[in-house]
Amino acid sequence: MRRDIFQAIADPTRRAILILIAMQAMTPNAIAAHFDITRQSISRHLRILSDCDLLAQKQEGREIFYELKIDKMKEIDIWLDQFREITEERFQQLDQVLYTLKNKKK
Amino acid sequence: MNLLFDFTVDKAAKTIYITREFAADLDLVWDAFTKAEILDQWTAPKPWRVQTKEMDFREGGRWLYAMVSPENVKGWSMVVFLGIHPKTDFSTRNTFADENGNPGSAFSIVNNSFKSDGDKTTVYIEKKFDDLATLEMIVAHGFKEGVSMGYANLDEYFRTVATAK
Repeated sequence: MRRDIFQAIADPTRRAILILIAMQAMTPNAIAAHFDITRQSISRHLRILSDCDLLAQKQEGREIFYELKIDKMKEIDIWLDQFREITEERFQQLDQVLYTLKNKKK
Repeated sequence: MNLLFDFTVDKAAKTIYITREFAADLDLVWDAFTKAEILDQWTAPKPWRVQTKEMDFREGGRWLYAMVSPENVKGWSMVVFLGIHPKTDFSTRNTFADENGNPGSAFSIVNNSFKSDGDKTTVYIEKKFDDLATLEMIVAHGFKEGVSMGYANLDEYFRTVATAK
């Protein structure tokens, strides 16, 4: 299932996992050791992050390490930047409206 | 004129902080944020426009409006006024809605405060989303097209205003 990146960061545990694996690739066990929740719920969070296409897996011996696909995270910033542009544009429209209203009052 | 604009996102707090300075006195800027006839003129990114159906600016009152696309497709939104301190600040609960004002589940809480500095007024906006996905919906709700098509229109608009002077 393909999920949206915003579902990834909507949950505090998933945000914490993202921060952890941004530092270094980690095994699911090593990740779980940082949290006071069941291994199952860590697996569920990892699956959601994986569905969001945020995780790269690499096999080392018997262990699977999860790594953060940092480029995918940039999508959020790109998208937020769009919101910033919308806001800026609206305020420029307001500047013009205010200018017109001021001149009308005079 | 160089007007201050600051836009900060705190993803963990799901909050956006916006600071914007306007070259007008407090009375005018307050009206621009609270009177439907002025809001209709600037809140939509071109080529969209805003059409107010109801405006009742008092605590507990609401502003029900449609964002209308060039193809005349309407997306309804509703702003409920939670607290109002005239010429100082007001807070709202914003949702998508239907045309009768039945709200959607996703919402944001917005606080707008105003600080006057003579002929300039600074507006501080704090937008807290219940979920970042809400923020995404807002952009998906037509704004995206508005932005990409908007710039050319905006340039044209400024040229028209400049020529009219």
